[in-house]
Amino acid sequence: MTRFASRLLPLVALVAAIGLWWFLRWVFGWQSFVLPSPSEVARELWHQRSFLPREAWTTLAETLEGFAIAIAVGFALAVVIAYSRPLERSFYPLLVALNAVPKLALAPILVLWMGFGSGPKVVMVVLLCVFPIVLSTATGLKSTAAELDELVRSLTATELQAFTKVRFPAALPHIFVGLKVGISLAVIGAVIGEFVGATHGLGYVIVASGQNADTTLAFSAIVLLAVMSVVLFYVLVALEALLVPWASHEQQ
Amino acid sequence: MVDGDVRIEIEGVSQLFAAGRRADPVRALDDVSLRIEENEFVTLVGRSGCGKSTLLRIVAGLLRPTAGSVRVDGVPVTVPRRDVSFMFQRPALLPWRSVIDNVLLPVEIHKLDKSEHGRRAHDLLELVGLDAFAERSPWELSGGMQQRVALCRALVGDPRILLMDEPFAALDALTREDLSLELQRIWNEHRKTILFVTHSIEEAVLLADRVVVMTPRPGRIARIVPVDLPRPRSLGESRRSEELHRRSAELHELLFAREAA
Repeated sequence: MTRFASRLLPLVALVAAIGLWWFLRWVFGWQSFVLPSPSEVARELWHQRSFLPREAWTTLAETLEGFAIAIAVGFALAVVIAYSRPLERSFYPLLVALNAVPKLALAPILVLWMGFGSGPKVVMVVLLCVFPIVLSTATGLKSTAAELDELVRSLTATELQAFTKVRFPAALPHIFVGLKVGISLAVIGAVIGEFVGATHGLGYVIVASGQNADTTLAFSAIVLLAVMSVVLFYVLVALEALLVPWASHEQQ
Repeated sequence: MVDGDVRIEIEGVSQLFAAGRRADPVRALDDVSLRIEENEFVTLVGRSGCGKSTLLRIVAGLLRPTAGSVRVDGVPVTVPRRDVSFMFQRPALLPWRSVIDNVLLPVEIHKLDKSEHGRRAHDLLELVGLDAFAERSPWELSGGMQQRVALCRALVGDPRILLMDEPFAALDALTREDLSLELQRIWNEHRKTILFVTHSIEEAVLLADRVVVMTPRPGRIARIVPVDLPRPRSLGESRRSEELHRRSAELHELLFAREAA
């Protein structure tokens, strides 16, 4: 595939998706309060150009804050899991159980505990995205290639040297898989958090406009969320290409 | 060539590997004894499963033998030593480091003087013709070049003993011969005690002062064959290659006869 084609294809897919949206609306004759047209959404985005970005910023800030905390907590848990069999045995089932809890059910409880500020939203972000980060980092740390493992042993490296010079960098391709899964979940977490007890953020905009049957505004917020997720995802892809350039070569 | 000091003493080494709950353990090595003298080049040759790599790992201190012992300079080996370098079948380079930083990894880990060894690292890269690639990444290099970098890394700390586990096995025949010649040249300039594992009889004869022939199930030393041909040896030079081929043929027969018996 040429460079040009690989740049063009996502655009073609986007145009096709918008075309399908238009087509379905026309075929079923849906009203705007059921499904607004792409042009109505575009117009709404323009009209709300001072309001929506402010709300999006709130959501983005919660997402990034939660994501950063999830990385810190996730890495720490992953190191514990990768280095200690007994601790892996004891923590892992709890972690899986935590991940299995429907997070939406926790939203009102978090508000009860932490009030109406950004706290419960950030916690919701952490809860949603920490699991893939822990899982991928622990897997990466445990799957150091056998010959690299023997290399550090034959060089009489200390456990710390082995970690910083070999095991951690070798785990980076795995870690990025978890981060890329996690960032989309982080945005979802922020929105879920804003569904309950919020006065700002795109999640709040969606709930509020739903109550007013202002479907067009709701869809505008959803489009912004999608854009935010895509941009954050590709920031990570770019960061990966910068930090882990060998990953794409080793697959060849 | 050999000054008579025993550098590595392998005494009565046996290795059992568990083979599942019900099966009997596999006897990978059975009462193997071998003495290697200072600056001697010894090759271990045999089929896969004859325990040659296992023996090398025991000498390296990467593996504890079930029975018997290994002494280096009279000191029993229980963990890896800093004056012993190990080279693997795969280059095992770190892809996030440049070539020169890969070569300097042992220097960092052993906390040796960086500027002094930096010069040495460049000298070594020059010796294998890779100085121009010092700042490149390993994945930009061919397999043969990567293995040359691994050789430089093994030599940078000026080890007294070099343990090599089929280091050229994954390379094509021509590159393998290049590297065999380079290794002889380097060994000529910087004398080391080398224990070299291979499954290629030609390679074993080409490189060694003594070829140790091993047979599998259980892994034992079948015979030790001295090779007293002048160096550098190459398969290409007709006068010497005839002699090399004759010795290789002898070893072939020995290995096949054992297998058939």
